Amino acid sequence: MQVSSPISQQVSYLEYQGKYKGLLGWITSTDHKRIALLYMFSMMVLFIVGALLGLGMKLELIAPGKTVMEAQTYNAFFTVHGVIMIFMIVIPGLPAVFGNFLLPIMIGAKDVAFPKLNLISWYVYILGAILVISSVLFGDGTPDTGWTFYAPYSFKTGTNMLPAIFGAFVLGFSSVLTGLNFIVTIHRLRAPGMTWSKLPLFPWTLYGTGWIQLLATPIVGITLILVALERIFGIGVFDPALGGDPILYQHLFWIYSHPAVYIMILPAMGAISEIIPTFSQKHIFGYKAIVVSTLAIAFVGYFVWGHHMFTAGMSNTSQYAFSILTFLVAIPSAIKVFNWVSTMYKGSINVQTPFYWAVSFIFVFMIGGLSGLVLGALTANVYLHDTAFVVAHFHFIVFGGTGYAFFAALHYWFPKMFGRMYDPKWANTGWVLFFIGFLALYGPMFYLGMMGMPRRYYDYLEQFHSANILSTLGSWVMVFGLVVIFVNLFRSARNGAPAPVNPWNGKTWEWTVPSPPPVENFDRIPEYKEKEGPYEY
Amino acid sequence: MSQVIHHEDHYDAEGSKIGMWLFIFTELLLFGGLFLIYSVYRYKNPDAFHLAAQELELFGGLFLIYSVYRYKNPDAFHLAAQELDTTIGAINTVILLISSMTIAMSTTALQKGQKKITLLLMVTTVVLGIVFLVNKYFEWGLKFEHGIFPGSEHMKTTLSQGEILFFGLYFVMTGLHALHILIGLVLILVAYYRITNGTVHANRPSLLENAGLYWHLVDLIWIFLFPLFYLIH
Repeated sequence: MQVSSPISQQVSYLEYQGKYKGLLGWITSTDHKRIALLYMFSMMVLFIVGALLGLGMKLELIAPGKTVMEAQTYNAFFTVHGVIMIFMIVIPGLPAVFGNFLLPIMIGAKDVAFPKLNLISWYVYILGAILVISSVLFGDGTPDTGWTFYAPYSFKTGTNMLPAIFGAFVLGFSSVLTGLNFIVTIHRLRAPGMTWSKLPLFPWTLYGTGWIQLLATPIVGITLILVALERIFGIGVFDPALGGDPILYQHLFWIYSHPAVYIMILPAMGAISEIIPTFSQKHIFGYKAIVVSTLAIAFVGYFVWGHHMFTAGMSNTSQYAFSILTFLVAIPSAIKVFNWVSTMYKGSINVQTPFYWAVSFIFVFMIGGLSGLVLGALTANVYLHDTAFVVAHFHFIVFGGTGYAFFAALHYWFPKMFGRMYDPKWANTGWVLFFIGFLALYGPMFYLGMMGMPRRYYDYLEQFHSANILSTLGSWVMVFGLVVIFVNLFRSARNGAPAPVNPWNGKTWEWTVPSPPPVENFDRIPEYKEKEGPYEY
Repeated sequence: MSQVIHHEDHYDAEGSKIGMWLFIFTELLLFGGLFLIYSVYRYKNPDAFHLAAQELELFGGLFLIYSVYRYKNPDAFHLAAQELDTTIGAINTVILLISSMTIAMSTTALQKGQKKITLLLMVTTVVLGIVFLVNKYFEWGLKFEHGIFPGSEHMKTTLSQGEILFFGLYFVMTGLHALHILIGLVLILVAYYRITNGTVHANRPSLLENAGLYWHLVDLIWIFLFPLFYLIH
């Protein structure tokens, strides 16, 4: 199928000398592993920016009244923080980094189906990021609408919205191309003997994610274009002054953006489903249940968007329907939690850093998920809507879910990606700090929301002071934990002990190739025989 | 030896066709969002949409008689102009249908190895696409002349909110469609170039097939746009 040069089999993808040297050799490479690292490093830079913005917001909230910034600056902070974190980090995060790196290797392919398109996706991603950042640097004021760009404010505000809106559109386009690429890859490039029922779970979740990316993103794409056109020409579609309906904007926005939550969480669940069997040294419990619940989440996730709008004005019938569907979508997520816990039961558990991250993922994910049910209940929602409770809920899910899974995956596959082991002591220290900081940062927000503190305000009443101090302290501990994690990984990538082929005794195919993998992944395309599979311990 | 060299012999016709179909799904959903908005507003403003659609009525003669009864002060010049551009809409529909046929024929010709006929049919498709855009240009131009364009004072003072919405959607949807025509034309031209330099041929027809698929999509979307804006009352 592919003609290869004989040298490339011995040379790792990190050392391989292509047509160009240095950085140019990376940004022109269509190798899925290099593209994965391109994504990883660009995301890391953006993540640092987003995290600093978050840190700034928490600092402002350390005391009531103005502390370090004006109200308008605070609005700009939470907008840019949200746009960066959602559109540039958590939506593309696991698929673009670990999906790109591991999907071809896990299914026994030499690359994704469309390698050039894959590189183009990264360029499109960078273009989108530049557009969003340019809205901060140029023009009359940083966007202040929040990451949701709600109409009519998003075309009435005087701030520099256009680049941010186009940036979000372009980032969506990148996400569509990646999803398309993965779906075709999984359909066409699975190695001989890898039937659908032997496909490892991380690729399975990427498959479900791919379909959501494909079928949901265009809706928000056209919606954002309409907001932009509304701003430029005044077409009237979302402008009540011209007969348009701003609620319609909310519907269209959430028709994408709720499924987007599952774009974020499905690959995270996939990574956890790889890590837990490896560190329990046991076959994953209920493989089929995990696959079916993945597809069920992808499917039902389309029909719950209305729960973001319970208080925005909709009929009672729609409220009931959306509320029930919201409860339903919790079931497949809960099934997965049972599967992970049951996989550990009677396994021979090897407690390593990725395992710590994976179990803490389950812990915070459950808190996030159950608080989601509180918000999905109609009566509770009326009370808690737009309070700090919502902020706590989605940070437990999005940061607690996707973020923890990202770090779990990073510590799990790091030896494979860089060919070096990291220092487990520092890695564990970083995890402990992060975990404590995380709970201290977001935990109090549940309480604050219940007590009635609204979200997105730079000020609050005196009675919320002590919980806010705890939350701000938590943010410092968490960021300190992040620093420990990053410094450890950076040092290890250069000076760590060389990693063996299979440091954790995993059974999926990425653990059969050298660390780091050679340019073309495999000397010979692997094959599954009748009784073999990805989790046979 | 370049980094990409090992991908070059990887050719998967089936895979690239699946990829194209998936992309077409996303395009359909892109327009799907607009169709959704259209139907919501049509449902909310039935009379205004009815009225505005009349102005894009196909059969000018009938329309004149009809509208004399319908409107109290029909501005004859205004109506004549409207009549013209709705005829253009019908002509454009025929043009796109024919162009879909020619691009399909070119794919068949390529598979049979008839390179010259393939290229000729592709050129025909491109010419038809350009004629479509020229017609569209005049149609829009007339609208602009009569002060019907997004954000115009004329629209805000003389038209109802529903009609403003109708024309807003009309410009967005036909404009986005015209953009897709342009993209389709570029794709066909790329395929044309690749056929002349021999990298697309009877055994590797994917690029032309996919360009053809895309062109059919563009055609199909127009088949929906045309009745929504010109025929339905």
